[in-house]
Amino acid sequence: MLDRPAKIEGPDEAPATFTGNRALDQEEPLLFEIGRLDATGVDVDAAPQVEKRLGGLERKEAIGLPGLTEPETMRHYVRLSRKNYSIDAGLYPLGSCTMKHNPRINEKVARFEGFADAHPLAPQSTVPGALELMETLAHWLMTLTGMHAVALSPKAGAHGELCGMMAIKSAIAAKGEGASRNVVLIPQSAHGTNPATAALLGFSVRVVPAAEDGTVCAQAVREALGPEVAAIMLTNPNTCGLFEREIVEIAQAVHDAGAYFYCDGANFNAIAGVARPADFGVDAMHINLHKTFSTPHGGGGPGAGPVVLSERLAPFAPVPFLRRDGERLEIVEHAEGTESFGRMTAFHGQMGMFVRALAYMLAHGGDGVAQASKDAVLSANYVRASLRDVMTQPFGDRACMHEVLFDDAWLKGRGVSTLDFAKAMIDEGYHPMTMYFPLVVHGAMLIEPTESESKASLDLFIATLRNLAQAAKEGDAKRFTQAPRYAPRKRVDETLAARKPVLRWSAA
Amino acid sequence: MRYHPLSEADRKAMLATIGVESVEALYADAPASTLLRTPLDLPRHKSELEVDRIFSRLSQRNMAAGRVPFFVGAGAYKHHVPASVDHLIQRSEFLTSYTPYQPEISQGTLQYLFEFQTQVALLTGMEVANASMYDGSTATAEAVLMAHRLTRRRKALLSGGLHPHYAEVVRTISRLAEDEVADMAPDALGDEDIISRIDESVSCVAVQTPDFFGNLRDLTKIAEACHRNGALLIAVFTEAVSLGLLTPPGAMGADIVVGEGQSIGNALNFGGPYVGLFATRHEFLRQTPGRLAGESRDADGRRAYVLTLSTREQHIRRDKATSNICTNSGLCALAFTIHLTLLGEAGLTRLARLNHANAVALAQMLEKAPKVEVLNKSFFNEFTLRVTGDAAALVEKMAAKGVLAGVPVSRLLPGAGMDDLLIVASTEVNTDEDRAAFVAALEGSL
Repeated sequence: MLDRPAKIEGPDEAPATFTGNRALDQEEPLLFEIGRLDATGVDVDAAPQVEKRLGGLERKEAIGLPGLTEPETMRHYVRLSRKNYSIDAGLYPLGSCTMKHNPRINEKVARFEGFADAHPLAPQSTVPGALELMETLAHWLMTLTGMHAVALSPKAGAHGELCGMMAIKSAIAAKGEGASRNVVLIPQSAHGTNPATAALLGFSVRVVPAAEDGTVCAQAVREALGPEVAAIMLTNPNTCGLFEREIVEIAQAVHDAGAYFYCDGANFNAIAGVARPADFGVDAMHINLHKTFSTPHGGGGPGAGPVVLSERLAPFAPVPFLRRDGERLEIVEHAEGTESFGRMTAFHGQMGMFVRALAYMLAHGGDGVAQASKDAVLSANYVRASLRDVMTQPFGDRACMHEVLFDDAWLKGRGVSTLDFAKAMIDEGYHPMTMYFPLVVHGAMLIEPTESESKASLDLFIATLRNLAQAAKEGDAKRFTQAPRYAPRKRVDETLAARKPVLRWSAA
Repeated sequence: MRYHPLSEADRKAMLATIGVESVEALYADAPASTLLRTPLDLPRHKSELEVDRIFSRLSQRNMAAGRVPFFVGAGAYKHHVPASVDHLIQRSEFLTSYTPYQPEISQGTLQYLFEFQTQVALLTGMEVANASMYDGSTATAEAVLMAHRLTRRRKALLSGGLHPHYAEVVRTISRLAEDEVADMAPDALGDEDIISRIDESVSCVAVQTPDFFGNLRDLTKIAEACHRNGALLIAVFTEAVSLGLLTPPGAMGADIVVGEGQSIGNALNFGGPYVGLFATRHEFLRQTPGRLAGESRDADGRRAYVLTLSTREQHIRRDKATSNICTNSGLCALAFTIHLTLLGEAGLTRLARLNHANAVALAQMLEKAPKVEVLNKSFFNEFTLRVTGDAAALVEKMAAKGVLAGVPVSRLLPGAGMDDLLIVASTEVNTDEDRAAFVAALEGSL
């Protein structure tokens, strides 16, 4: 199926090229090394002669910004683009990050002028289509989660966490317990954003230990609870790729102690349409539209992190929020006269992402969303079952959710680390899985294949990992420690970058 | 379903490999009470054609900026973005890649972030910039938190010319993080005496220029007062194009510069996604929030870029991180960088001049019109108009005549006694006909 050459000559035996290029792998200088101060790729009309009104604050010195003409700009950025791996080009099994297919109809409709060219402060009477779209998205999110309300404005997952925890802090303050409840329970396996968010709001973090099986047990939560606890932040399915078996009891214990249950919804894509967070007892949960609902990750953003809220937290939701009164739908923009905790961002949130996410939902339908979750879980378990005899699982061989977690016990004594193994995957044409996360597992390798892969694609991926595992076990350590060999760059020195940071180009 | 490659036969074969009868068996850890027994009450899947139709209909119900004479700004601006920008950011390799955690196969993203950081530093006149924040408002809040960490004080002083949404975002996080905020009153004329409010209890002063009302503010003396008192000056902007024509905040003594980058490369998008710009001094680097792309070398000694100083960040530092931010605005930052590369210094300067000239031309016409008054002594591409009566009602009347005239101040500052003020923006997209339509609609509505 794959067209492998009979004999592969490594680049070490091949002559270096004069350009540093390797055919389609082309070197590209920095914009600042090829641009010119007088070059431009935009023809701007001459300004009419007017008397300036700049109050003496006109720029006196040049900026030093080089430009390129349009053809040069195209070439520069097209060449840069080709140094990137992407989900469109290959399987991207980054656990917890959810790299699934990004349908292009979503890109098309997000660019319709009524959305892309609508101003957030245009009179609300002139944008009823935008308001209706937001209301429809809210309906889907509430239906899928079973929750009472949704705050749409948070800009990304971590911003959503902040939103949920602000609502919780406000609810606690409203009960007069603001001074006494200042601890947040967080399992060791949590995303780093959870403790960072709690700390940002002045909470101290109490770590809940994980049980032997990689989940959090209700007894450990009960022992950590007390009158000083404001909330628990728990991811479900958790970052080990497991469904928290005792989640209902945990929620009950948290509520009995007068605290709130914040659920990190990063892994909602395993259960959307299959189970509803409201039925776990969740009070607040963010939904990464860029994960579960496939808005493109864009090299690190933008995301969108709407937060669904329980009935008791709903009154504290941030402005803006939607309010319907019969036929009339409006965005409420001011907190005065409500219990809202205030505003988290300018304007109304990531509308461009709302359009894409809703297009994903309508295309999938309720049936397709559930099928996506099930296929994601099926694919992860298929990878697990196909690799369990050559790699080790930290919590035994048990069903996982949408991602499967291996540790590095099977690499012990081979001279190959998780990092080395990941870099060898690059040479085989794959983006590595998530490495060294969650922190509770030594040398963690978290693989999330998603529902977007065909069986043939999964089979090839599995065969490749099996081959690599075999090579590692046979002592072919060099294959790993010197990888990647075939990427646009060999292993990059991260220590050098941090020791003496160079964060911008400067004229020599 | 067109998005799901697995066939029923595939699923059966995979279940056999796993050794279970059904997918449901894989959910065995979930308490039975949490699993749905019947499908949710949601519509079934739709064809691409149907999806296209639904969104087309919704879209057509909105008044798009490009369809009418358009003068709305106040933090988001209508500019022409070259077609090549949108084409490039839709390349699969940019659009469908993740955060560049594997530098060997992410040099495209890392290099453009390095270019972006350099451009932002140059534009703002600062030493370093990060790889972007969510937007200008959240960047402002992060700057305040950073100033608190650096000064070990917990009180921010906000100018009355700061965009009201930005001020609200700072107030929200400050209240919930139990920090203090001192506010100047909303200041339409840009002549507040903020310097007398700066003392040794203040960690930072946030001043916007051009301010919310369009006034240009000289930050030099405010910076001096800050530094005398051990406080930091946070300079804020919402219109990045203005930096093509105006003295950069870095040259006026700012310690942290934050702003909205939407104007360059990014569409209005009804408020998001946008791109927050964040620049500061080198000495403050270790307290800076957000991702940073840095230069390094690979094993062959070739230049390479990599995310760096991540010991500041949440995924390493957890509750001791400088911020909880993870996702940023990568693709919007790319759009910013490509558009700015296309402009270059020459194009940006011309664009900024054209913006200013168009706004001056409109102001001159309005100064001749009855029943309105231009309040600003100075402005870039946006100014405040005092009208007779209620500005919000006027905007509705003008919208009914097919002109989007601006933002009534009362929309953002209700109860501030500014119901007769209208903020009007004019960029390069406005023509002589647009200006004439504005004046005609205004005169017919007052």
